[in-house]
Amino acid sequence: MYSDKVMDHFQNPRNVGEITNADGVGEEGNVRCGDIMKLWIKVEDGVIVDAKFKTFGCGAAIATSSMITEMVIGKTLDEAEEISNTAVAEALDGLPPVKMHCSNLAADALQKAIDDYKANKQSA
Amino acid sequence: MDRIYMDHAATTPVRPEVIEAMLPAYKETFGNASSVYSWGREAQKALDDARAKTAAVLGAEFNEIIFTGGGSEADNLAIKGTAWKNRHKGKHIITSAVEHHAVLDTVKWLETQGFEATFLSVDEDGMLDPQQVRDAIREDTILITVMHGNNEMGSIMPVEEIADIAREKGVLFHTDAVQTVGSLPIDVKEMGMDMLSLSAHKFYGPKGVGALYVRKGVRLDSLIHGGAQERNRRAGTEDVPAIIGLAEALERADEERDKVIPEITRLRDRLLKGLETIPETRVNGHRKKRLPNNVNVCFRYIEGESLLLNLDMMGIAASSGSACTSGSLEPSHVLLAMGLSHEIAHGSLRLTLGRETTENEVDYVLEQVPAVVNRLREMSPLYHQ
Ligand SMILES: Cc1ncc(COP(=O)(O)O)c(C=O)c1O
Ligand code: FES
Repeated sequence: MYSDKVMDHFQNPRNVGEITNADGVGEEGNVRCGDIMKLWIKVEDGVIVDAKFKTFGCGAAIATSSMITEMVIGKTLDEAEEISNTAVAEALDGLPPVKMHCSNLAADALQKAIDDYKANKQSA
Repeated sequence: MDRIYMDHAATTPVRPEVIEAMLPAYKETFGNASSVYSWGREAQKALDDARAKTAAVLGAEFNEIIFTGGGSEADNLAIKGTAWKNRHKGKHIITSAVEHHAVLDTVKWLETQGFEATFLSVDEDGMLDPQQVRDAIREDTILITVMHGNNEMGSIMPVEEIADIAREKGVLFHTDAVQTVGSLPIDVKEMGMDMLSLSAHKFYGPKGVGALYVRKGVRLDSLIHGGAQERNRRAGTEDVPAIIGLAEALERADEERDKVIPEITRLRDRLLKGLETIPETRVNGHRKKRLPNNVNVCFRYIEGESLLLNLDMMGIAASSGSACTSGSLEPSHVLLAMGLSHEIAHGSLRLTLGRETTENEVDYVLEQVPAVVNRLREMSPLYHQ
């Protein structure tokens, strides 16, 4: 039911782990199924230079987490904020309809990580 | 290593001898059992033989067996058929919270048709206390339906005791024995059953065929109208080859039980014991009163679908009660009814062994599962060593 790309990212997830001195951290829970994703970002001069994740969730949740880290690294914060859950799903050659909600996890965790970075910066 | 099938509670392969027994009814004796000429009589004879065999294995009488299109239909017929027949007597039905959906959703549908239902809870081992059934019986209770062996966590319910209570109170009792027929000895008279459902594909027979035992004297309305087949309780030309397959598979399962079941149980215990050495693992279901082939565990901090996908990559077929595998996004109603939290129910794994399972396969699974669990835990934000 999953595309080859989804299976690839599921089997060999990119950027798994934590960033110890991250500039922004976002954690998102999926209210529909109870799954959780945590995303760490490192930012230099307004550009995301590193991203890592940990996810408790289904195959689609792990694959979208992995994909979004690949998509954001090298992007400016403004560009990164533009990444929608459908864009992540498209980058994975689509998700089964019942699994579309899983991609919200990644998109929302990213938004939260960016918000966290901005809040940190303001208070600094 | 070849692929390893450890999902026998979902379905089983058809035994070659069973296929052999079915073939003539497709090719030569293909007649309609209702026809008067010789082809019809041959089909009728094959049908009669299959019914006699089925009845004999279950300790039932010939006319007490209704063949159906599977376990779900047998459950529907038992529940809707008797509820409808007895609706002038009462409106109340008692069942458990851990039934298969074929029972649960049927009872819920009857609630929309003016019936009332009590869904009894279970303890942390998934067991139903017969006393709860006694306490739930009302003046207007017409039916109690409680499953024999649970398809998810394997607990075997005290159906004999519940049947005794039902009889004492003059209430009909049905049990869904889809998971036990074929592996546990069943004698409907000794067990005091009014109705009992079974399904051939769970014991190495074909899919889409099952049976309902209905004790003589129990009356029910048909769900399917349009012919006098199955003594007016299930219209439609009988699927003679499938019914032959059911009877043949049942007879063979019965014959080899004493040889096969102790071995499956031994392998099951070996598997269970090995999996339990993984830290933060919970065994689900009753340890002793348990289906001989069922292993069900929850690994904390991980999610079932990603576990199944990983095992599939290693060639192992298994099942999970995780929300993410269910389509409904709700974790297993069975695990939740046993008091497990959403989070823990999410990480459940069911492995169900079969007659062809080998020691090597069990060892391979015991090698792979801990590695996969570790890998996923490393990736889990909930896991802190
Ligand atoms: C306990 C139980 N009841 C009913 C069924 C439904 O049987 P069938 O698949 O033959 O409709 C199953 C199997 O899926 C089952 O495990
Ligand atoms: S995140 Fe739970 S179903 Fe995908």
